[in-house]
Amino acid sequence: MFKNFMAVAFVATTLLADALEAGLAQGGVNVPAVVMFLIFVFATLGITYWASKRTKTAKDFYTAGGGITGTQNGLAIAGDYMSAASFLGISGLVYLKGYDGLIYSIGFLVGWPIVLFLISEQLRNLGKYTFADVASYRLRQKPIRILAAFGSIAVVLLYLIAQMVGSGKLIQILFGLPYEFAVIIVGVLMIAYVTVGGMLATTWVQVIKAVLLLSGATFMALAVLAYYNFNPGELFAEAVEAHPNGVEIMSPGGLVSDPISAISLGMALMFGVAGLPHILMRFFTVADAKEARKSVFVATGFIGYFYILTFIIGFGAIVLVSTNPAYLDEFGNLFGGDNMAAVHLAHAVGGDLFLGFISAVAFATILAVVSGLTLAGASAISHDLYANVYAKGTVDEKTEMKISRIATIGIGVFAIFLGIAFENQNIAFMVGLAFAIAASANFPILFLSIYWKRLTTRGAVIGGSLGLATAVILVILGPVVWKDILGNAEAIFPYQYPALFSIVVAFVSIWLFSVTDKSDQAKLDREAFEAQDIRCQTGIGAEGAVEH
Amino acid sequence: MDIETINRIKSNPKYQKLVATRSKFVWKLAIFVFVMYYGFILLLAYLPEVLGASIGSGVMTVGIFVGIAIIVISVITTGIYTKRANSEFDKLTAEIKKELKESENV
Repeated sequence: MFKNFMAVAFVATTLLADALEAGLAQGGVNVPAVVMFLIFVFATLGITYWASKRTKTAKDFYTAGGGITGTQNGLAIAGDYMSAASFLGISGLVYLKGYDGLIYSIGFLVGWPIVLFLISEQLRNLGKYTFADVASYRLRQKPIRILAAFGSIAVVLLYLIAQMVGSGKLIQILFGLPYEFAVIIVGVLMIAYVTVGGMLATTWVQVIKAVLLLSGATFMALAVLAYYNFNPGELFAEAVEAHPNGVEIMSPGGLVSDPISAISLGMALMFGVAGLPHILMRFFTVADAKEARKSVFVATGFIGYFYILTFIIGFGAIVLVSTNPAYLDEFGNLFGGDNMAAVHLAHAVGGDLFLGFISAVAFATILAVVSGLTLAGASAISHDLYANVYAKGTVDEKTEMKISRIATIGIGVFAIFLGIAFENQNIAFMVGLAFAIAASANFPILFLSIYWKRLTTRGAVIGGSLGLATAVILVILGPVVWKDILGNAEAIFPYQYPALFSIVVAFVSIWLFSVTDKSDQAKLDREAFEAQDIRCQTGIGAEGAVEH
Repeated sequence: MDIETINRIKSNPKYQKLVATRSKFVWKLAIFVFVMYYGFILLLAYLPEVLGASIGSGVMTVGIFVGIAIIVISVITTGIYTKRANSEFDKLTAEIKKELKESENV
């Protein structure tokens, strides 16, 4: 193990050195950023080595042995959820449009109370490693696992492509490193964290990243507020002065144009969170329902706080960045695009050193998010597809772990390849599609398997598949793919967000194909509900629960 | 879980109380969050000028307050649930488990 680890660490370091050299040749490497990032990489690789010695069983690998505390897990969830895209993207949106940025933040946050009330403890009480464990608890293993694994892998890959392409571009701008190198470094490091250190290393990478990101963002928001004697009113007044749209930035703009789109986006965001496999997996890392609920409380608190910070940061950028010609090109646009608003603000309030810190944090953020995604994808392959579907639960732990490591490397290499292949493609629809699939396939199956006694295998499989297919087809026929990417004159499906339709399709067809199901399997499915419900409600017999 | 254990737990009044009070509480909170969020969305779609109305003489608008309030209230609802679950629901669950164990040892 140690030899393997050293080999990976060596490859990563060599790659970084090569990349640095290439970047230096291009001119414009951000030295403080690279130094701080290297410190982060060495620290996290150290943690990975420490974690590798504590990762002996499949349970260790998938769930860090179930020994993560609620607070740690809450921070890790926040670390998983606060991606570079939400940090830079939302502050950039606030910078560009003011109030509309806040509308997005709210949508991303309100899914969390729902996760807490309806699924977090239930997942912990019923599941083991993946959310498919819960969905297939009383239904037939094979078809449900295949569908759940397919939904997981689809969400993971779409999310990964978006992260990889975003990271390549971001690192290119921040560090002055070539795009391909950036993508390869991200891929290699994430493979190292996950294969060597499993969930324990992934968790700590996420915790450290969450603390760094929250500290950096807090410093920026305080620095901005300090300019205005900690009076937000003055900040807003100054921003209205400075912004070309004037007082309009204080009220809703054109982001939400018609009610259907607004509700559809809202549903995708709210229920999507409750169907993201890498988030759901985090509930298996804690000991019991109590720690699971504490995780969500802590995570929601930090994520909510973070969104308030990004709002202040966006307004800070309006007053401190958009008025400073040093950050603007000849047309008055931000260097590197609107998403760089927070990065330029870091320079404006903290100079080169703090810019380096924020750049390193952005890189760390990407690493943490892709590691969590990769682990979730790998467990869908090794635990659901291989161990339970292919080997029908007869596989020993060693083999299952080996398969999950191979799957991790496979997903990692595939992600590097996709990241490079999609460099110049329009990937704007991918995260939206990932949320739509999570909300219309994963969430309805999971939710109804926990709460609805009459759900049957047939209903879940047909309804879940229809929900997934509807989400994919409507995105393809919608304005972003059909019109903007494929170049057709008019979109066949007029709305950008399909969730309102695909969620309804999923629930209605699951209901219809369950209540009309008169098979023997349906009888078994329903009979098993009571035992499941008691375990769900009390945790009696739960995996990893502490026995008294 | 055998049928006897299932029946024993289900007939325990404490179990019935746990399930009834918790599900009532959880759905109340969930519906509150739903109404708050979709109310906000519908306001955005149909009456954006309400959110754009300014407060006092400055540039501050109703929308900024409402937006920040939704974030803060969302966090508070998770806190309210966690607090009650940690005390009341966990206590009931522990008693149910204890009674089950005792009845098995008889």
